[in-house]
Amino acid sequence: MSSQDAQSLSPAAVPIRLTINGTERRLQVEPWTTLLDLLREQEGLTGSKKGCDHGQCGACTVLIDGKRANSCLVLAVVKDGAEITTIEGLGQPGNLHPMQEAFIEHDAFQCGYCTPGQICSAVALVQEGRAHTREEIREYMSGNICRCGAYTNIVDAIEDVLGQSSTLREAAE
Amino acid sequence: MADTATLIGRPSIGQPTRRVDGPLKVSGGARYAGEYFADDLLHGYVVSGSIAKGRILSIDTSAAMAIPGVVEVFTHENRPRTAWFDSKYQDQVAPPGSPFRPLYGDGILYSGQPIALVVAESFEAARDAAALVKATYAPEEHITDLDAVKGQSYVPPKKRSGIAPPPEPRGDAEAAFAKAPVKVHETYRVAVEHHNPMEPFATTVVRDAGGKLTIYDKTQGSQNAQAYVTGVFGLNQSDVTVVNAFVGGAFGIGLRPQHQLFLAVMAAQALERSVRVVLTRDQMFTLSYRPETIQTLSLGSAPGGKLDAIMHHAVAGTSHFEDYQEVVVNWAGLLYGCDNVKLSYELAKIDTYTPSDMRAPGATLGVFALESAMDELAYAAGVDPLQLRLTNYADFDQNEDKKFTSKALISCYEQGAERFGWSKRSAEPRSMRDGHELVGWGMATGVWEAKINKTAARASLTETGHLEVSSATSDIGTGTYTVMALTGADAFGLPIEHVTARLGDSSLPTAPVEGGSWAAASTSSAVVDACDKLKQALFKQAQSMPDSPFGNVDFDGVAFRDGRMMLAADEGSSVKLGEIVRSARQHRMEAEGSAAPDSATQKEYVSYTHSAIFVEVKVDEELGVVRVTRIVNAVAAGKILNPKAARSQILGGVVMAMGAALEEETFADHNLGRFMNHNFAEYHVPVNADVQDIDVIFVEEPDDKTSPIGAKGIGEIGIVGTTAAIANAVYHATGKRIRDLPITIDKILA
Ligand code: FES
Ligand code: FES
Repeated sequence: MSSQDAQSLSPAAVPIRLTINGTERRLQVEPWTTLLDLLREQEGLTGSKKGCDHGQCGACTVLIDGKRANSCLVLAVVKDGAEITTIEGLGQPGNLHPMQEAFIEHDAFQCGYCTPGQICSAVALVQEGRAHTREEIREYMSGNICRCGAYTNIVDAIEDVLGQSSTLREAAE
Repeated sequence: MADTATLIGRPSIGQPTRRVDGPLKVSGGARYAGEYFADDLLHGYVVSGSIAKGRILSIDTSAAMAIPGVVEVFTHENRPRTAWFDSKYQDQVAPPGSPFRPLYGDGILYSGQPIALVVAESFEAARDAAALVKATYAPEEHITDLDAVKGQSYVPPKKRSGIAPPPEPRGDAEAAFAKAPVKVHETYRVAVEHHNPMEPFATTVVRDAGGKLTIYDKTQGSQNAQAYVTGVFGLNQSDVTVVNAFVGGAFGIGLRPQHQLFLAVMAAQALERSVRVVLTRDQMFTLSYRPETIQTLSLGSAPGGKLDAIMHHAVAGTSHFEDYQEVVVNWAGLLYGCDNVKLSYELAKIDTYTPSDMRAPGATLGVFALESAMDELAYAAGVDPLQLRLTNYADFDQNEDKKFTSKALISCYEQGAERFGWSKRSAEPRSMRDGHELVGWGMATGVWEAKINKTAARASLTETGHLEVSSATSDIGTGTYTVMALTGADAFGLPIEHVTARLGDSSLPTAPVEGGSWAAASTSSAVVDACDKLKQALFKQAQSMPDSPFGNVDFDGVAFRDGRMMLAADEGSSVKLGEIVRSARQHRMEAEGSAAPDSATQKEYVSYTHSAIFVEVKVDEELGVVRVTRIVNAVAAGKILNPKAARSQILGGVVMAMGAALEEETFADHNLGRFMNHNFAEYHVPVNADVQDIDVIFVEEPDDKTSPIGAKGIGEIGIVGTTAAIANAVYHATGKRIRDLPITIDKILA
């Protein structure tokens, strides 16, 4: 749902087109609106979190054209035409993404506020194919702060999914 | 992958259970305070003041008002009237004093104090306009440096409720210390820390057409926030509901109402609109913090390390308007047996906001000093640090002259040491190496009070046999939802999917703020009681059913399992629970229960959780970088209700201790009277790369006295003592004793 209807937007608003979680959206966006605020306030997709608004915590991590990015550092207008995947688009209860399942199984969160960012980051990390060891997972996940301190469980969850995807790869070969 | 054994089937207390709120949290479906909407929603943005002390001379809001979309700018000059008496602003956990009142007058009490609230149709308009509010000030001399006022420290004249003052001295500690053959006398400090939950403070006030308010607030106590709002704004309890279904971390900073709650309600009432106010990360550093505390510890012992004198003195900073107090020094008279003990705790006033409880308030500081000093004593006496703890083991509480309800600390020492391999330690500092890194092994003891608080809960069973358990408690990541559902499922022998837990709503049965590690034990005990009463009501009803198989038995003769009530002696004779509800011609049957501390037990016993922490660090001598490579934390906390979430609580405490020990420090510029590093780039908290192996052990500890359910609570114990164990490991690695946390590179290289 939207809290900000078209009338409350200033004349500076510009039209852009985004594919958000598989759905094409034509939006009017003021040039100073961040992708994070657009998602949360205009699109009602509050799964992407705001922890700092300064690119320092990773809570706002989403996938932009498949790559992880801090959406608080991205002005929405510059992503005209992009494909955005948020936590809501990764999977929903009853049909969760394996990474979401693994986070639950390994208790990789407590308060849950950093979790959408962690999971988006983790999904991208697996796709990047760079992390093979726990140490590498830790390093490449260090842009996502978890104040509840679930780090060891987050690494367990990612390792679990990495294991599955390499098993899958082996099975396919 | 996912082992579904923990998901399906009948759960029971004590089995690792997945969080029932997990699916919502991993899919973005869990809504936090700033994530609720209303058609008439306005956005508030706080303007923070820029001096530490003085008066506002003028405040110009005209430029802000001219921004399109801005509806109003509230300042002390135009704010609506609110309550007059201090008592209206005092919440459940307020320390003695006059609570801060936002926008109340032109006085400035601390840097970053809110001086205006800009309210606009969009977040961006409010934010931009906030930058245009211009204030001029008449500054006054301020002091934010505790060292400058520690000479004027005083014993707080009014005690904070629930905080035990230091016990009377016993024996003659000074004389015993003077003649002790082995002595340690040192000063310890811990830097100011900010809680920094990941979710910024936020309040969304949704105002309905009739003026009733539903307030989504980031708080650890919905009823505490509700009482504050009704008191301050003169509203009826029935017109105000506070909801905190999901809380994005709090660690104590959510115990007291924060100023965004006041400001959001004020604006909603004045403008007759729904309003949301969210603080920025910078502004989170203008809220409370863990107080700076200067501690002096003196230990005197016999040659073998047997303690003969303990003196622990602490001076803590507080604000000019409230006397914040926590238990810092009492632990030194509790943890080890000693006949000559003198403990004292004083405050000194500085021009900051009032400090607040932060995870294991007081103990995190006091036990750091005590357990560092114990390590120093071990070296001074030439005994193993673990042996020193065993030599001075306390079988009863000498502070209060009472027995422990249970104390399995010996098992913590034994199992922790075994898992860690402590016996392979070489005693000398700088005697262990791994390549270019020095290796250090350190240990410490942890302790935290265990208690339950008066809590009510409701159990209600629908005609379809679904159980709902509810209480106005909170789940700040602690796993309360799951523990409540688990308790209900256990009581009725139901699969956990047939149980819904509700919390985080002020209209539910009365519960205190969620803090102090008491929520799980209190709430689940109340749920057990409510379920018990509901089972009895169901039994009565079932007896009155036609052809009831229960006519000739009493309540002890029936059992509950898989949604049925059955004869214990003949399980074939059973009735579906939903049928019993329908036979009463109702859609649901419900019962309320409660739990409260038992005063007879409290006369004779005290209750604490304990832990033994073993740490390995590796220190790069040239760079001064400390890596914590291994931690074993062995915990005795009574019955562990859900080992999966309980383990996470300990992990969280340990990680926060790593932050306190090595990274976290809010720097003040005393010229400006302001905290300088108010963001995550400059206030360092542990990240994933900082955290390696953490091994949590829960030792057996039967306890039938702390709470009806046998649990003690595990929210705080993970952090207590862990900072000292890290500092002790750094000493063992480097030979450098660093007594002021955090242990940063500059201190290692100094
Ligand atoms: S909110 Fe974007 S990095 Fe913190
Ligand atoms: S789960 Fe709370 S911040 Fe990560």
